[in-house]
Amino acid sequence: MTILQFILWSVLKVAVVTVVMLLAVAYTVLLERKLVGRIQNRWGPSRVGPFGLLQPLVDGAKSFLKEDIIPTCVYRPLYLIAPILALGCALISIGVVPFGEPVSIAGSPPLFQIANVNIGLLVILGVTSIGVYGIALAGWSSNNKYSLLGALRSSAQLVSYELALGLSLVGVVLRAGSLNLRKIVEQQSTQGILTWNVFGGMQFVAFFIYLMAAYAETNRSPFDLPEAESELTGGYHTEYSSMKFAMFFMAEYANMITVGCVATLLFFGGWTSPFGDLIPPSENVFFDAGLSLFWFVLKVFAFLFLYVWVRGTLPRFRYDQLMNFGWRWLMPLAILNIVGTSLWLAYR
Amino acid sequence: MHLILFIVFAGFCLAGAINLLLQSHPINSALSLIVVMVSLAVLYLLLGAEFLAVAQVIVYAGAIMVLFTFVIMLLNASREERTLGSRAALRVGFPAVVAILAIIATVILHTQGLGVARLSDGITSTEELSAVLFTKLLLPFEVTSVLILIAILGAVAMAGHEEQGTGNRDQGSEKVSERTGEK
Repeated sequence: MTILQFILWSVLKVAVVTVVMLLAVAYTVLLERKLVGRIQNRWGPSRVGPFGLLQPLVDGAKSFLKEDIIPTCVYRPLYLIAPILALGCALISIGVVPFGEPVSIAGSPPLFQIANVNIGLLVILGVTSIGVYGIALAGWSSNNKYSLLGALRSSAQLVSYELALGLSLVGVVLRAGSLNLRKIVEQQSTQGILTWNVFGGMQFVAFFIYLMAAYAETNRSPFDLPEAESELTGGYHTEYSSMKFAMFFMAEYANMITVGCVATLLFFGGWTSPFGDLIPPSENVFFDAGLSLFWFVLKVFAFLFLYVWVRGTLPRFRYDQLMNFGWRWLMPLAILNIVGTSLWLAYR
Repeated sequence: MHLILFIVFAGFCLAGAINLLLQSHPINSALSLIVVMVSLAVLYLLLGAEFLAVAQVIVYAGAIMVLFTFVIMLLNASREERTLGSRAALRVGFPAVVAILAIIATVILHTQGLGVARLSDGITSTEELSAVLFTKLLLPFEVTSVLILIAILGAVAMAGHEEQGTGNRDQGSEKVSERTGEK
């Protein structure tokens, strides 16, 4: 494959993944509004299109058409960079996620993944850690006390829970012996659901820690203190309007999807079927590829459902509770999990 | 291809470093430092050290610099005043810096067998790196970790003393220094 072909394929893959990701973000918002509506015993959006299915389009048009206000006292360069940084980092990290089996057609590089990196897991962690700056700078450059408080809370929360999140993944990496996301999935796909890391791999403690830390990392309820609307009006994006606000909004939901993808890949066997070899693979390559894609999407959807369910059910933590929980419970638990997994791997 | 990337990111790195010195607002300087660190990570990647590159981004650009910006935001540090600098700095400082750099450069140029680094497609995998780290370099590795542990304990102890002295007023600084220690 020449370098030109490689570049063309990469551009194509990036374009497709970005469009699908943005659509997924739009419909995750709709899913959340519908589900929270049902949990609170109301209908949610139901007027635009059948079952309110066209609501995301209308919302998007609304954000485009709203007046874009830049308050006079903001620090302009950083105020403008912050939403780009937030959304950019949220979209970049999906680049190393494998969505399905490595199929290739007509001499193409493997489809369903933009880049198969040796250290894919670390790349995701690195890009998310840069994403913090989007929020921190937005709060600081807005010159608004609520924004600043929201940004401070958010960056403190992200830095604290990143540690527990990273440590919870070490058990999985120890079992797979690799940081490559593909290898991690292949390692747990041998016997279907029995060898998934969360069950057969005995990583359920790690999964619990990952789930808690991921809620905090994405600023989602019950850890949504950075934008606690009852105390901070809007948190770090109080002073943002129109598309700039929408970019923060999209970044949050894109991060949710990435976190769901990573959980699926690391703990739930990625794109592999839960039935393992009980269903023999069919002759048709395209059918198999579609099936792997189906399992992946189904698992990620289950995570998004859980996200919304938790949001509809649990009250918000207090700030000191949040810090205590992260440092005094999750982190020691994650370290114990690493020690336990290493001992198990050494003496089994 | 590698050479083009090297030149581009080395340029970013230098531009970030110069911008860091020229900016008068601390937060701009901090952001330039992040640019420097991320470009350095790309240079490491070009040399085939993928783990080092990502570790650089996660630890330095992602964690330590967040604390820097955090402190700048908390203190709400504003523009620093421009002074022309003292005469002593101009007369002694600059020649001294040039002399030290010259000595270091001559020592490096005259030493044989320092090894060479080449831009290449070859990548040192994390497995190879950890094998070397935990067999050949085990003692330095462990000594460094003990050193960091001592620093953490020191930071926690100092924060604890401060709180006893001033009562409950200064809880925030305790939390910040705890976090600095952990990283």
